[in-house]
Amino acid sequence: MRKLSLLLVFVIVISIFAVGCVEKVEAPKGDSGAEKDEVIKIGVFQPLTGANAAGGALEKEGVELAHELYPEVLGKKVELIFVDNKSDKIESANAATRLINKDKVSLIIGSWGSGFSIAAGEEIKKAERKVPAIGASCTNPLVTKGNDYYFRVCFIDPFQGNVMANYAYNEVGAKKVAFIIEKTNDYAVGLAKFFEDTFKELTGDDKAVVYEAFYNTGDQDFTAQLTSIKESGAEAIFAPGNFTESALIMKQAKELGIELPILGGDTWETPEVIKIAGDAAEGVVFSTFFDAHAKLTDTTTEFLDAYKEKYDKEPAAVTALAFDAYILALDAIERADSTDPTAIRDAIAATKDFPGAAGVVTLDENGDAVKSAVIKTVKDGKFTYLTTVDPAK
Amino acid sequence: MSFSIFLQHLVNGISLGSLYALLAIGYTMVYGILRLINFAHGDVFMLGTYIAFYAMTSFFLPWWMSFLIAIALTCIFGIILERSAYRPLRNSPRISVMISAIGASFLIQNLAIVIFGGRPKAFPIAPIFSRILNIGGVSIVSVSLIIPVITAIALYILNYIVNHTKVGMAMRAVSRDYEASRLMGIDVNSIISFTFGTGSVLAAIGGIMWGLKYPQLIPLMGLMPGLKCFIAAVVGGIGNIRGAVIGGFILGLGEIMIVAFSPALSGYRDAFAFVLLIIILLVKPSGLMGQNTVEKV
Repeated sequence: MRKLSLLLVFVIVISIFAVGCVEKVEAPKGDSGAEKDEVIKIGVFQPLTGANAAGGALEKEGVELAHELYPEVLGKKVELIFVDNKSDKIESANAATRLINKDKVSLIIGSWGSGFSIAAGEEIKKAERKVPAIGASCTNPLVTKGNDYYFRVCFIDPFQGNVMANYAYNEVGAKKVAFIIEKTNDYAVGLAKFFEDTFKELTGDDKAVVYEAFYNTGDQDFTAQLTSIKESGAEAIFAPGNFTESALIMKQAKELGIELPILGGDTWETPEVIKIAGDAAEGVVFSTFFDAHAKLTDTTTEFLDAYKEKYDKEPAAVTALAFDAYILALDAIERADSTDPTAIRDAIAATKDFPGAAGVVTLDENGDAVKSAVIKTVKDGKFTYLTTVDPAK
Repeated sequence: MSFSIFLQHLVNGISLGSLYALLAIGYTMVYGILRLINFAHGDVFMLGTYIAFYAMTSFFLPWWMSFLIAIALTCIFGIILERSAYRPLRNSPRISVMISAIGASFLIQNLAIVIFGGRPKAFPIAPIFSRILNIGGVSIVSVSLIIPVITAIALYILNYIVNHTKVGMAMRAVSRDYEASRLMGIDVNSIISFTFGTGSVLAAIGGIMWGLKYPQLIPLMGLMPGLKCFIAAVVGGIGNIRGAVIGGFILGLGEIMIVAFSPALSGYRDAFAFVLLIIILLVKPSGLMGQNTVEKV
């Protein structure tokens, strides 16, 4: 008996180790010795393990693909240094410090997830050695706000909320909407607020949001919220949040006989939404960054061909954005004609009409990309391109 | 709120409540016999759902066969769990067994993350469970009608086993006193294994029903339902099978109604369960249906 319990304890200890070691990321070699000036180092921090590992992997693909196509700049080799932020805000801050002080990179790319980017941004701002950073798909305004060294190649949530509010008003013809918001997610709360502001302005009705309910990450039953929406008089539902819960919302709405259009944000573009919601996902509409069928620039074609050849599947929007972050970085280094981080920073800030795979990038005074959004729907079990919305000039 | 909407809320609450009840029965039964809170119950529930999922998607078995296999394998797993994690501690203080249960729970969760992966999986649903019926303005999915029926059947069978069979008599005897039962010639170990097997069968049935209603599998899916059903069992009076069913319904209806009547509070629905637990522990610690036990000295 005692042996058996000892064995169990042993197994538990081993399993904890096993969990800790899964997908361990190889520590990059920091010192390359003699050829120090011959390489330009670009640091990439991403969630490669933990809850957001899937998102991090998609962005890593994009950076690696771009690196394969463009391995050199100013006649020097580019060396990529990947650091895992373990889907954790504190680890993200550590990753940024490490890339700046230990690896002495010239530029940082990352991270999937606005929260991780914001945490790393604080370190980038505080660091003595100033290094510019480019975010790929982090859409929360706070990533670049008040940080002169953080830029991004994607649009931000106020624009996304604006786009969906316009869609609800103009295309759906809704005068009243209902919200179901993932309360524990900054992204969802922010998106709902920006949607609400625009929608109230469009309708001129201060009570245009007739119902507002919340849920927590991990909830599985939304029947109570949806049943109340049924009698609220809403003509559309806006449900920003994580894709897993959103898929169940779509399914339960259908089961309750709700036929209102359901609108959401860029997080919905994952295959799980269609698998879990099934038929119920048909007709949902969301905004996102990019679509493989709407060829935005020549770079899009180049990216699609290269991606197809290497991975033989359809690329995700965030992969295209990560690709853009890398080629924009190289373009800025070339324009700066220097590896000095401050010179590179100034070059990035001056970016105008840069043709990326996911659209033309022009950075505004906050360092955010002003670019068009793509609206997609689900049709016959596939994500289908609806339209492109250009930014207000 | 119109009457038909109220009815719809009521139906939603009952269907959620019967799911909680089904799980709470398993919790309460193991506690009733062993005085052990099986914290791994929620994880056995998760495992049962995953087995059914893989039987359907990797081995392409029909749904009913997959469900039977999942129930059988989960039952065996429950017995193995009892043998390896709880039986060696039979004569140790109760706190050691509880810690062992928590350890087993973490072990199963983390192994599941490694083996099944962290991304959610979609549970396949046979059309018979997903038919949408409309009765007088109230929409209901067929699985929501099936769940209360299964809960009622499980309750009836369990009641019959415990009160009208020889095994049940032995179970009741073991729950009173291990030593005396052993002296009376009852094989205590096999009775406890039987209890765990039955508890795991209930967990597997609960898991499959959960998967049919909320078709999204993640390795941590047993965590929150496990906690809530533990609360349902305590509210009803832990150890009391009928109490667990009542506790499950109170919890399910309460959660739905709090969101229905106050959307602003909808982010706090999980808190409802815990507030209910605190109130019950303050007002009637033995639970609604529980008897006050007199400690014999």
